[in-house]
Amino acid sequence: MQQATTLFHRRLRLRKGVGDVFHILFLLAVFVGIAGLLTLLVQVLVQGLPWLNWHFLTSYPSRHPEQAGLLSALVGTVWLMVLTAAFTVPVGVGAAIYLEEYAPKNWLTRLIEVNISNLAGVPSIVYGLLGLTIFVGWMALGRSLLAGALTLGLLVLPIVIMASREAIRAVPWTYREAAYALGADKWQVTKGVVLPAAIPGVLTGTILAMSRAIGEAAPVLAISALVYLTFVPTSPLDRFTVLPIQIFNWVTRPQDEFRGLAAAGIIVLLVILLSMNAIAIYLRNRYQIRSEG
Amino acid sequence: MESKLVHWLLFGCALLSIATTLGIVVSLLSQALGFFREVSIWEFLTGTRWAPILVPQSFGVLPLVAGTLLVTVIAAAVAMPVGIATAIFLSEYAPDRVRRIIKPSLEILAGIPTVVYGYFALTLISPLLQKVFPDMLIFNALSAGLVMGLMIIPMVSSISEDAMLAVPRSLREGAYALGATRLEVALRVTVPAALSGIIAAFILALSRAIGETMLVTIAAGATPKMTFNPLESIQTMTAFIVQLSLGETPHGSLEYNTIFAVGLLLFLMTLVMNLLGHWVVRRWQERY
Amino acid sequence: MPGSSIIEVKGLNMWYGNFQALRNISLTIPRHQVTAVIGPSGCGKSTFLRCFNRMNDLIPGARVAGQVLFDGQDIYAPGVDPTEIRSRVGMVFQKPNPFPKSIFDNVAFGLRINGYQGNLAEAVESSLRRAALWDEVKDLLHKSALALSGGQQQRLCIARAIAIEPAVILMDEPCSALDPVATLKIEDLMRSLAEDYTIIIVTHNMQQAARVSDTTAFMTMEEDRAGIVVEYGPTSELFANPKDKRTEDYITGRFG
Repeated sequence: MQQATTLFHRRLRLRKGVGDVFHILFLLAVFVGIAGLLTLLVQVLVQGLPWLNWHFLTSYPSRHPEQAGLLSALVGTVWLMVLTAAFTVPVGVGAAIYLEEYAPKNWLTRLIEVNISNLAGVPSIVYGLLGLTIFVGWMALGRSLLAGALTLGLLVLPIVIMASREAIRAVPWTYREAAYALGADKWQVTKGVVLPAAIPGVLTGTILAMSRAIGEAAPVLAISALVYLTFVPTSPLDRFTVLPIQIFNWVTRPQDEFRGLAAAGIIVLLVILLSMNAIAIYLRNRYQIRSEG
Repeated sequence: MESKLVHWLLFGCALLSIATTLGIVVSLLSQALGFFREVSIWEFLTGTRWAPILVPQSFGVLPLVAGTLLVTVIAAAVAMPVGIATAIFLSEYAPDRVRRIIKPSLEILAGIPTVVYGYFALTLISPLLQKVFPDMLIFNALSAGLVMGLMIIPMVSSISEDAMLAVPRSLREGAYALGATRLEVALRVTVPAALSGIIAAFILALSRAIGETMLVTIAAGATPKMTFNPLESIQTMTAFIVQLSLGETPHGSLEYNTIFAVGLLLFLMTLVMNLLGHWVVRRWQERY
Repeated sequence: MPGSSIIEVKGLNMWYGNFQALRNISLTIPRHQVTAVIGPSGCGKSTFLRCFNRMNDLIPGARVAGQVLFDGQDIYAPGVDPTEIRSRVGMVFQKPNPFPKSIFDNVAFGLRINGYQGNLAEAVESSLRRAALWDEVKDLLHKSALALSGGQQQRLCIARAIAIEPAVILMDEPCSALDPVATLKIEDLMRSLAEDYTIIIVTHNMQQAARVSDTTAFMTMEEDRAGIVVEYGPTSELFANPKDKRTEDYITGRFG
């Protein structure tokens, strides 16, 4: 069978050769993604760092690039994030508790779950139109922080719900069992045992949701209809702007200096995002260590 | 007593999801109906000229849809091969050390706000492309599409990778035991076994691309056109909604209501795709 | 009516959906004694135990017929709140399951949810003493319970259960996850606890049943896998002179 073996070996070499070619192609593909990311970051840093200084962080936007700054957008972003979290976290955790601990397996529960997973895929501009009609229009909240917070809150609600559900599901059944056996009713079990154990997961989910919300410009644009604001909001009913909108405003100006300002704004936004995610990762690790010891 | 109250409160929180869907449908429909009272659905869906605020007015939405699809197709052409190749690499080839660097990097890519991608497309990619295509304007579908592709790579790759990781070791081991090479196991065993998840990844990523707003508003242009030439400037559905929201058009007018008609169309398109994606997973997923 | 038996089971049948898990069980549990339930794996001992505090209610599709009289009152009568039953019939599980909280908070948990009005710290100390754990943890009360050894965790679970002063303590194979030294400690504990409480213990370890219990019930499963009580009576008699051949076969190791 000498000939058959040589034929086999020849084919094998070919198959392995093809395998090596594809291996390189796969590596190239990964490289595309990583290279794209690096190029983007380098471009942002190169264009933006020269404009990044204390003055930039503490001034209002202006027609003159040298005087322009982020202040109204920064303050607006902080306001919006706080209000959004205040709305979406309790509601999202509440819905997650209901779905994991209370909901019977019937058509209504199924409908709620289908809704949540569909809402996660709705374009963010559509949420903007929802907010415009209902919060700005019918509830007459005006083009305010409150309307924006409610809109963004709905946008990221599926994220909070899904992350909280996972956190609650990860609490071992034996903890619940022990609590029931002591004569606790369902709410006491949930409040006393399940929720405290699920808090790290819920926190991570909240940070993830806020990371998404902080970068959203489209729904906020639909609500606030503003790109240029030279004051800081002082109440939830004030008009406002946020970092991504300010960046958008600068990017769309023709003068080159504004591109630099946009890049500087992007650096600020990315730094904030990086910090939030670093906190989330730290929390996740700390929680994993604690529950294993 | 407290328990019963708590139960209802939590139920209310869960019901909010249904209320949100209803809210979306109602807000879009209520204003879009005002639009469709004056413009027929037929004209809207089949007209090839979109000029709601120019004279003469025309309300054929196809240019916006064409613009959206053009950018989406370019993005898909980038993201799908790269995404699935990345997924294969991560699930079948990559040693742990490499995975631990690449996965977080892709997550970073996924977490970058889309305005940043718009900036990237406008300030780097477009000028670069202009060196290759000198007649191209700064606003065009190609650069927006390419950057959009970069943006959705993580989505395609992570959903596909999850699907591939769910294929049990025993299947792969069976193939290796028959003398298959690593590539053959990946392409002939793992990918087919994970196919429903991979298709779902494609569909969901496309849906994301269709609904994306800021990138195309910044980079693709504001000139609705029936064209499939990627070098031209176009306008997508989402960019149009932004444009009119920021403009001076009075509320309640026909022109203003166009954003709700377009919004409704956008919502329906992405809804169908999302339902399709989830259905594909449920129906075709192998139970191991 | 107070008497020598605290629980009386009459014609207990139990199903999970269509599967009958227990068939026609009748027996009495004597007060202030340790009653062991023994039998081969899968015959329904744990299921039977969980009927005493209605923990089976938590499993969807579980159904009970018959009566379980606790101090003369049927705990399965309509209108009876299982939560209340569970505060009077406590349970210790096979694998120790302390909450991921401090030792103090673990023991105090049952007290807090049941609205205890007295001095919490005193009650916690008293429970830990009765569970023979106080000396080992008195300086560690605010450390995490998960830092204790397996045997200590199980004694903590016992302390947690007795803190709310149940009349009966159910123990579902409490030593099967522990080493022999820890097991012996808990067996000693059971004897002393029986002075104040009634203990019902499920065990697959016959020697343990012979060592710790005053009364033993032997269970087996019939052909359709439904669990029945074959015989029960004083431990010494059951082991020395089993009345039923199946009991004798199990005790002498011929099966199970």
